[in-house]
Amino acid sequence: MSDAAATLQGVAAVPGVRARLFARPRPAGRSAAAYALAAPAFVLMLMMLIGPLGGVIALSFTDYQLGAPSFAWIGLSNYGEMFADRVFWISLKNTLTYVAIVVPGAVALGLGVALLVQSGSGLRSWYRTVYFLPVMATLIAMAIVWEFMLHPQFGLVNGLLRAAGLQGHSWLQDRGTALYSLCVIGIWQATGFNMVLFLAGLVSIPKHLYDASEIDGAESAWSRFRLVTWPMLGPVTLFVVTISAIRSFQVFDTVQVLTKGGPSKSSEVLIYTMYTEGFEFFRSGYGAAVTVVFLGFVLLLTLLKSALGSREVHYA
Amino acid sequence: MTSRARTLLWSATRHFLLLAGALVMLTPFIWMLSTASKPQTEIFSSDLHLIPYHFALWDNLRTAFAKADLWRYLLNGLIVTISIFGLQLLVALPAAYALAKLRFLGRDGLFALVVFCILIPPQATAIPVFLLLHKLGVLDSYAALVLPFTISVFGIFLMRQFFKTVPDDLIDAARMDGISEFGIVWRVMLPTAIPAVTAFGIFSVVAHWNDYFWPLIVLNSEHLQTPPLAVAQFRNNEAGTNYGPLMAAAMVIIAPLVIAFLFAQRRFIEGITLTGIK
Repeated sequence: MSDAAATLQGVAAVPGVRARLFARPRPAGRSAAAYALAAPAFVLMLMMLIGPLGGVIALSFTDYQLGAPSFAWIGLSNYGEMFADRVFWISLKNTLTYVAIVVPGAVALGLGVALLVQSGSGLRSWYRTVYFLPVMATLIAMAIVWEFMLHPQFGLVNGLLRAAGLQGHSWLQDRGTALYSLCVIGIWQATGFNMVLFLAGLVSIPKHLYDASEIDGAESAWSRFRLVTWPMLGPVTLFVVTISAIRSFQVFDTVQVLTKGGPSKSSEVLIYTMYTEGFEFFRSGYGAAVTVVFLGFVLLLTLLKSALGSREVHYA
Repeated sequence: MTSRARTLLWSATRHFLLLAGALVMLTPFIWMLSTASKPQTEIFSSDLHLIPYHFALWDNLRTAFAKADLWRYLLNGLIVTISIFGLQLLVALPAAYALAKLRFLGRDGLFALVVFCILIPPQATAIPVFLLLHKLGVLDSYAALVLPFTISVFGIFLMRQFFKTVPDDLIDAARMDGISEFGIVWRVMLPTAIPAVTAFGIFSVVAHWNDYFWPLIVLNSEHLQTPPLAVAQFRNNEAGTNYGPLMAAAMVIIAPLVIAFLFAQRRFIEGITLTGIK
């Protein structure tokens, strides 16, 4: 579902827009039927999406705590407390670091794999399946497997390092490496998803463009990539970057089960902060303020994407 | 170098790079299988080997099933994902039909609202929805797991786009036959939309089978746990001691989707990247 967030313009452009030239007469009762058909969806939308969205913003201006008999409007106090809290800034910095590593990593690898897969015909669907497997597999289960692979003493990673004559490391228990270990898991999981999106983009590049570029003297694979593939992939790349960024801002599962934000907050991220404040300490108001910051970033990414997207539209 | 030799060289390079990457992608799966097949003594040894000297997969599976009621958790996962998908269809299809094929005052506004709601990340509404369920007194129940997801704005959007392509004549003919608008949704529109519904179904089931965030928040009772929650619980209980059974449990949890994926890769990739392609 979270994926849906960024995607809109991608899908929205597609079918639809078939102008109706002749309005046909219709019985008066049909409009009543339409309301009846749309009503359940409308009510649930208000209850589960629009209402809660307004609710979270409103809550962030209150001191409400779950189970408290009453609450008071406290204006910007939650935000004041948040901005004065060292943990919040650590959490924000870690989230941005995570995004800054996972997005380029998973986008570049996804593109690289897609180009390699597309450049030949052998084993094409086998590769696609293998690279996509981590997207399918329950992340929590695989996170636990990664944890064992990173086990300081009996893990595969340290075992291989030792076999190569290198020093092992306590990857998830060391504050210097915990966040980066989570980044590796994040990239491992997201690469296949991006690959599939890039593959779809590559397939839709008309072959005659490559022929034309060759006539124009673009003989090396690199110049074909630079002159045709890369510009033609522009919109897909923009989309993949945005969706990867939004997904990375949502990182939670691996943090919650593997590090609990530790050691000493070194892998604390926004959604995890929201979770502990809102659902472990039940400070709903403060948790809501953290959520609003998260929402701000997601909104910013969405706006950035549409701004860039409309600028590049002539290009595609 | 001749062009034939060059093609051959490139093909070899391509396979070399892709196989190396594939190995990295598969390593966690391979290591999971390997560890799940090893007895305790081989797991806790500094000697790395892939193939167990003594094959203990059945023992580890038996221990995993004895320590945790895995069947129950798999059943919970099935109940929750199927209920969510069924209710999503029940809510989304009529709305999508109304938005695609009927004219009524406020239709464009409603559609704009749907499009807007797609942008709301699920974590953003968690606290208020949690408070709402608390008020309703349904926390820690199947209802708490299912209710918030009965509305899929993405499903409405997708089905509406699909219904737009269904010819109006088909609907008019159905009206001629005296089928009600409600009947048209299920007896005319649904049968034409099976491919889109399948893709949406895979998208929905995979997302909710794998979801950890929401069940973690609303559940307390062990017997309601969904598979991801159960495997995390297993890990917390057995922390650092029983890796064989833990890996066996992880294997059991991912098995249903992974097996289904291997049998219908194309459909799965289509369904999961639904939001991206196009």
